[in-house]
Amino acid sequence: VCIHRVRSCSSIRFIKSKYVCVFDKSALKFSHQQRLFRTSAVSCGQIVQFKLSDIGEGITEVTVKEWYVKEGDSVSQFDSICEVQSDKASVTITSRYDGIIRKLHYSIDDIAFVGKPLVDIEIDASKGVASEEDVVETPPMSHEEHTHQEIKGHKTLATPAVRRLAMENNIKLSEIVGTGKDNRILKEDILNYLAKQTGAILPPSPKAEIVPPARKTEAVPAAPKDKARKIPVPVSRPIAFSGKDRAEPVTGFQKAMVKTMSAALKIPHFGYSDEVDLTQLVQLREELKPVAEMRGVKLSFMPFFIKAASLGLLQYPILNASLDENCQNVTYKASHNIGVAMDTEQGLIVPNVKNVQVCSVFDIAVELNRLQSLGSAGQLGTSDLTGGTFTLSNIGTIGGTYAKPVILPPEVAIGALGKIQVLPRFNGKGEVFKAQIMNVSWSADHRIIDGATMARFSNLWKSYLENPASMLLDLK
Amino acid sequence: CVLRTPKACFWSTASGGLIIQSVSNDVYQNLAVEDWIHDHMDLEKQQVLFLWRNSPAVVIGRHQNPWQECNLRLLRQKNIKLARRRSGGGTVYHDLGNINLTFFTTRKKYERMENLKLIVKALKALRPQLDVQVTDRYDILLDRQYKISGTAAKLGRTSAYHHCTLLCNADKSVLSSVLKSPYKGLKSNATPSVPASVKNLFEEDPSLTSEILLDAIAKEYAVQHQIDHHITLINPVDETLLPGISNKTKELQTWEWVYGKTPKFSISTCLNMAYKDSVIDVKVNMDVKHGRIEVCNIDLPEQWLPPGQYNELVKSLTGSKFCPNEITTLVTTLLRVCPQDNELHSRWSLLCENMIRLM
Repeated sequence: VCIHRVRSCSSIRFIKSKYVCVFDKSALKFSHQQRLFRTSAVSCGQIVQFKLSDIGEGITEVTVKEWYVKEGDSVSQFDSICEVQSDKASVTITSRYDGIIRKLHYSIDDIAFVGKPLVDIEIDASKGVASEEDVVETPPMSHEEHTHQEIKGHKTLATPAVRRLAMENNIKLSEIVGTGKDNRILKEDILNYLAKQTGAILPPSPKAEIVPPARKTEAVPAAPKDKARKIPVPVSRPIAFSGKDRAEPVTGFQKAMVKTMSAALKIPHFGYSDEVDLTQLVQLREELKPVAEMRGVKLSFMPFFIKAASLGLLQYPILNASLDENCQNVTYKASHNIGVAMDTEQGLIVPNVKNVQVCSVFDIAVELNRLQSLGSAGQLGTSDLTGGTFTLSNIGTIGGTYAKPVILPPEVAIGALGKIQVLPRFNGKGEVFKAQIMNVSWSADHRIIDGATMARFSNLWKSYLENPASMLLDLK
Repeated sequence: CVLRTPKACFWSTASGGLIIQSVSNDVYQNLAVEDWIHDHMDLEKQQVLFLWRNSPAVVIGRHQNPWQECNLRLLRQKNIKLARRRSGGGTVYHDLGNINLTFFTTRKKYERMENLKLIVKALKALRPQLDVQVTDRYDILLDRQYKISGTAAKLGRTSAYHHCTLLCNADKSVLSSVLKSPYKGLKSNATPSVPASVKNLFEEDPSLTSEILLDAIAKEYAVQHQIDHHITLINPVDETLLPGISNKTKELQTWEWVYGKTPKFSISTCLNMAYKDSVIDVKVNMDVKHGRIEVCNIDLPEQWLPPGQYNELVKSLTGSKFCPNEITTLVTTLLRVCPQDNELHSRWSLLCENMIRLM
């Protein structure tokens, strides 16, 4: 134990290094350590040059490929320091010490030499330095048996901070299964073990051996007449929550979405919702599905929704328009390029089916299949994703009934389709029947579209879907 | 039991060796098994031989640049997976006609030549007429000229592994087309691969199959380690047997690992864009670090794109992943908030499509 090498410093400095706290109460238990109470590790640490150890096969030099630490970082024994490469072998160099990195001797792509210093580490001098072999022993901090355990011939791996946590909670390290590298016991393992102790409801079994890790003995109620071991009352102990906030920069596609949605906010939206009885359409699709399958195409409801929308747009072309930036001109788009919102790993992508006005329902199904497989493979092209004039979002496939969709500029309208539910409805004769009901929620740009237009478009769209035969009359 | 799993598991044997074979052909699952054994098994008393095969995949070395090593466009088209392994070395193409062998030992017992000699011994025992030998680059050559096996290794604190391929009956035409990079103007310090002529053992002797070869090598390993010639099958999705394996598998598939671990590189190239009746030369310079565009310079003719839009494009590209899908969705989304001008839109799309081709 190298404790005697440390000078006791009167200045008490708060340092980020987690090892400072080890000198806390536990240190007080040992008379010869009392001098070290609140020692400042920074000024009293010893700089050790960690040399690059032998790689084997007679290799003398390697290339440094990646650093896992930078100067100023604190490292624990066995943490990875860097990755070096030599002749098709990639080697992870791990630290032999606990301490703070003070100097990296090489940059990326430099040649490093075996036996020469790789990094300088400032170690807390009270800690033992691990010997050359892979023995994992660290000097015992306590006379109690908790900290330095031997289990079945294996020494437990745990950093001093973890050992202290175990000791504070009266946990034997032998009770814990380590989940870290080389079965190392991590802080999380201790916390999980604690959580199980205090929160778990234990089965009333006479064999229950678990002793509550209570510091106060009154936590265990003992009924004097009961001979069997009582279930210990859970002691509520504040479990240290070690979760940390994580900040990530907004880049790439997300950044673009920020821009688009901010622009969308400037559009005065109004909403209009309705309910559509798809009973007949459901039946029609069932009949047509095998026909499409024979042609190698999966037929969903979307091709019908899309075609019906296009037929509606022929009557109400203002919904397929675009308003310029200055709100000076409205451009009525000739093509009905109907966008279909797709949920992918990246987020919301909206490829569009081009020229729906001249496509059959089957054509649309084919194109949708193509877009969907490209979308899930992450291979949509720029032409698939640009030129949209109107959008439908089938959020119902995930769930939900009503929605308030946001218009995607430079379009002026959008529809969100809820899920199809089987609901009771009344027919013309006043009888209750099973209806397949779907809700649609439209949003439109109130600068150029009024409620009446939206309502009429919606009614027309709805009538095509509720009575698919009527689509035949107006199909182009 | 060498592992600290709550129940007794099959890992614990008294013998000095263990031969296991994966039932999966998923490259990520199999690489995860390697990671798991490397991280969790005590190899002091028991060395391990792991046998595995993958459905079509390109596997690059730890410190390589996928853009430099293979035709990513072709991979995406053909649905061939791309994986980055944790060992060093060069790029290889895997399919079911290729077998992978991983020799796990303690760090001290790490010895690649011995392993390769074992393989050669097994091959010769099987077919004495085969002209196979180990080179000092740790390759195995057939007929002194064709590479049939490549090697790579990973060393950790206490354990190490050496793995190698063995070409039995792989698709050579796919191999050569995917391992040819079409990307120009790349400058990097990533480990380059050394191309070699390859041949399948099947071509030399049509009676050889992957199964026969795997069996012969396992037999030789068993003899040399004085253990039973018994191959234990393992399923890489068995979380009870291999606790934590699904996380390892997931990590190997993340973009951050496969592409993000590419050492810093730069691209300096010229786009020749055909626009209307002329061709516009556009010099592009980009620095890519951790797979993301750190610096982006596009030398366009003045006013070809309005300065506002040009700046918007460059600003958005900076910090984005160097990934065609990411950039496609980014630029098409940005287009929504650009002035609605057909000329501008077609120029923007043309430039972006050319930029995306670089990825």
